[in-house]
Amino acid sequence: MAATQEEIVKGLAEIVNEIAGIPVEDVKLDKSFTDDLDVDSLSMVEVVVAAEERFDVKIPDEDVKNLKTVGDASDYILKHQG
Amino acid sequence: MNSTHHTVVVTGIGATTPLGGDAASTWEAMLAGRSGISLLEQEWAADLPVRIAGQIAVEPTEIIPRPQARKLDRSAQFALVAAYEAWKDAGFTGKAGDEQAVDPDRLGAVIASGIGGVTTLLDQYDVLKEKGVRRVSPHTVPMLMPNSPSANVGIELNARAGVHTPVSACASGAEAIGYAIEMIRTGRADVVVAGGTEAAIHPLPIVAFGNMMAMSKNNDDPQGASRPYDVDRNGFVLGEGAGVIVLESEEHAKARGAKIYAEAVGQGISADAHHITQPEPSGTGIAQAVQNLLDNTGLKPSEIMHANAHATSTPQGDIGEIRALRKVLGDDLDHIAISATKSMTGHLLGGAGGVETVATVLALKNRIAPPTINIDNLDPEANADIVRGEPRPLPEGTIAALNDSFGFGGHNVVLAFRTV
Repeated sequence: MAATQEEIVKGLAEIVNEIAGIPVEDVKLDKSFTDDLDVDSLSMVEVVVAAEERFDVKIPDEDVKNLKTVGDASDYILKHQG
Repeated sequence: MNSTHHTVVVTGIGATTPLGGDAASTWEAMLAGRSGISLLEQEWAADLPVRIAGQIAVEPTEIIPRPQARKLDRSAQFALVAAYEAWKDAGFTGKAGDEQAVDPDRLGAVIASGIGGVTTLLDQYDVLKEKGVRRVSPHTVPMLMPNSPSANVGIELNARAGVHTPVSACASGAEAIGYAIEMIRTGRADVVVAGGTEAAIHPLPIVAFGNMMAMSKNNDDPQGASRPYDVDRNGFVLGEGAGVIVLESEEHAKARGAKIYAEAVGQGISADAHHITQPEPSGTGIAQAVQNLLDNTGLKPSEIMHANAHATSTPQGDIGEIRALRKVLGDDLDHIAISATKSMTGHLLGGAGGVETVATVLALKNRIAPPTINIDNLDPEANADIVRGEPRPLPEGTIAALNDSFGFGGHNVVLAFRTV
């Protein structure tokens, strides 16, 4: 069953917490991975791989650069999840 | 650049070793003659011919926050722990530039490793084979590169005068400190954080060193396995950890009222140009390094009262070093109290020069030489004053000490320090 946006944000928050140590409650739709959540370009690759596994979605490398905020990522996953 | 050569002093020390999580606990264990060697209880070690090592006393992940630690190879984690300790011990807080005390453009970092991020490399290869391309960590390259410890220390402390990583196998840590001394002496930097680190306790390095017949296989007696100068020594015991010091120009240290442990007198370096792993048997290369030290620094053999020997507990190496010291120092070797602290820590490879410099500096500061443990029957060819059993008080007055490090490839580095 496809995840809701709420479930996706919760999942992304757990992934960001695991990778960057940011508290789960600070990971919100409008937050930028790079500027707000201490996720640099290398760690973003980890976030993407973890999100792909968790939400059964493929995020090609060329799309990763468009995922600037948590909202961008959750919209992308909502649209493309299997 | 100033053409005057600067006097260099040691103003901070840090270590994380099989004996303790900091320099103080490591030193206390050395004076007590405690062994840091233990049986490898990990599942992967069960069938290995060598199942002993000097494993770190305090895991660095207890100190470094997890999000940072997971992007660092274990060797860089050790280096950061030791560097932070040395930095704080030198009286600095925050980063260079946060305060008046150090200008970032005058701060350097020189941290060496013999092997680099070998466990990261091997672990990620396992990930590739078992879990596939997508799961290989994007942090793999910056974690495994051998300059990662120095680069990470440089970034953390905001060192912009130059960050370097000399690699010379088991002489790497000493070569780093020698390089740092020159950076300050020649005016490139006022302060340099320098030392060595190693994290190679993994089945592949253990098997590979074991197949070279270089390691002790005394699995039944881990604490007795590293026994430099004992007639029954049969190879080194692998250890892990890091030792880092803060070096500083004397005028910079005095201007900020820093405590000074010792003067870093200088270094002597040579190469054997003989064999990739065997030391040159007559000890000519080592002797040349000691002679170069005396010539470079004006240090007099009569001043030298202590030496932290390279002595790894191999049949040839331990005696070759003593012969070489005798060749250059003659009768002056008789008043040099020699300690082989690898009898307690094991051999930290690229970390050895760092940890043993910390020990050498503390020996001068406290005027006491740690014992060499496990010498039940002293090799009669160890024709020198080997400290065994109890630690040995060192004489009053201005005295100097040597720290020897030699590496596969024929690298010979001898550092000298003096009381202030």
